[in-house]
Amino acid sequence: MRIVAENLNFTYNKKSKFAVDALKDVSLTIEEGSFFGIIGHTGSGKSTFIQHLNGLIPVENGRLTVGDIDLSGKQKEVKKRYKELRAKVGMVFQYPEYQLFAETVFEDVAFGYRNFFPDAQPDEVKTAVFGALSLLGLGAEYLDKSPLDLSGGQKRRVAIAGVLVSNPEVLVLDEPVAGLDPAGKNELMALLHKLHDSKRVKTIVIVSHDMDEVCENCTDVAVFSEGQIVFKGKPEEVFKNVEQMNDLRLGVPVTSFLTDELKKIGVDIDTDFTQKDFIEKIASHYKNNK
Amino acid sequence: MLSDVTFGQYYPSNSFVHKLDPRTKILLLIAYIVMIFVAQNFFGLALSLLFLAVAVIFSGVPFTSILKSIKGIIFLVVFTALLNILFYAPKEGDTHLFWIIYLEGLFSAGFLALRLVSLVMGSSLLTLTTTPVSLTDGIESLLSPLKLIKFPVHDLALIMSIALRSIPTLANETERIINAQKARGADFDSGNIISRAKALIPVLIPLLISAFRRGDELGDAMDARCYSGSKVRTKYKKLTFGVRDLVAFLIVCALIAGVILFNIYGAQLWALIASLWS
Repeated sequence: MRIVAENLNFTYNKKSKFAVDALKDVSLTIEEGSFFGIIGHTGSGKSTFIQHLNGLIPVENGRLTVGDIDLSGKQKEVKKRYKELRAKVGMVFQYPEYQLFAETVFEDVAFGYRNFFPDAQPDEVKTAVFGALSLLGLGAEYLDKSPLDLSGGQKRRVAIAGVLVSNPEVLVLDEPVAGLDPAGKNELMALLHKLHDSKRVKTIVIVSHDMDEVCENCTDVAVFSEGQIVFKGKPEEVFKNVEQMNDLRLGVPVTSFLTDELKKIGVDIDTDFTQKDFIEKIASHYKNNK
Repeated sequence: MLSDVTFGQYYPSNSFVHKLDPRTKILLLIAYIVMIFVAQNFFGLALSLLFLAVAVIFSGVPFTSILKSIKGIIFLVVFTALLNILFYAPKEGDTHLFWIIYLEGLFSAGFLALRLVSLVMGSSLLTLTTTPVSLTDGIESLLSPLKLIKFPVHDLALIMSIALRSIPTLANETERIINAQKARGADFDSGNIISRAKALIPVLIPLLISAFRRGDELGDAMDARCYSGSKVRTKYKKLTFGVRDLVAFLIVCALIAGVILFNIYGAQLWALIASLWS
């Protein structure tokens, strides 16, 4: 599913003293198969934007199409397709573990599946729940546990499984690794890559303000600031704008910073800013100039 | 959606009403409520409403915010008004309109509805122009005589201010959880009452858990800063009555006198208006 937004505008608390323009003329295309990174500060409009993608915030002004669903059409028509849309565009909010509610892990993960496919047979539900949990590396021993008895990282994985259970084509994650320890972060990012590489989820969109994380993992990025997109493109292009990114108080990945500093002392290397590529380029530069 | 909750939402401004001492505002609200209940005819009620309207104009709060506060009780108002019309006990000399409806019944229902509406509008003006913190400060100060009988006034005030402060936080949290469950295909808008109530379980349980978690964290944070509701606590903002408080009190005294006069001479006024009319 290709996601196309054209001149999307949105204002919170319209017509009141507290009116906030959350999105101003946002145009963005998220291609199928991309691992998309959305960068921005709190209040930059990134959360508002992603909530448009599955109809949690109705389109007010501008155009938005997700696959063959035109979300900017007549609201009555659009509303009828919300269920279909939400099954296809999975949304994992920040700290998703806070939305767990059922008595067992099984019931919680099954919640989404039963909502989207109300006519499903019990064994279909079981297969779907097993499948989603095993994608996140959780075995059958977790099924009957209470979600509240799990560790933080496990809770988060159960919550993500609860979204994956409906087999979405697009998975949107708001700060998926926030609050996890380094090992947990790496594990979760590896899991997301596994999902993406195996085409289990075709498109992944992550919201983050960790530049290194975005640079290492994403194929495309968009930078939001005050409701507008200031940069979009491949990470190796966007992160060349060291000065502007610093002015936006977002900064750049450490590799991009080092490349910039090296340039100032006359060492010019051409890298795509992933750590692996950066090290290789430095090494070959060193060898060539020996 | 939930951010529409007017109650407990402060409307920031720097107006005359905002600057009044919170104790004054609480006392004035009580006086206003007394005025509404003392008033026995439309003249008195009109005077109270006029007072409210002037207060709203001086506060700079848009009338729409005040009107929004009625939204929550509109059902109650209509329901009581209907009961009053249908179960009106007719007295001698009442005008019978049709079936069991009497003109006086309609009047008394309208009067009651107006009373309820002005009650809620007045109270919401207080919360719109007073921050929760100064509101509880005011209540604490007004209740302080109760300390003599060992009533924990300070703790009560603290509980109140935490409760008031939690309303917007929990409202935000609720909205977040609702969105998260909607994204998982939950449907809150269709089905009968029972299935709608059932649909709320996935919202209420996480909300409760998070309220407890927040409570725990807040308690720890207060302990960490050695909070104890001891007698020796001092205040950052001391409440002081000023000239404007005196002015406000005098105006309200005059108004209460007006309402009482209207009560006594209401019948004569009606007669006067009727004679002018014809």
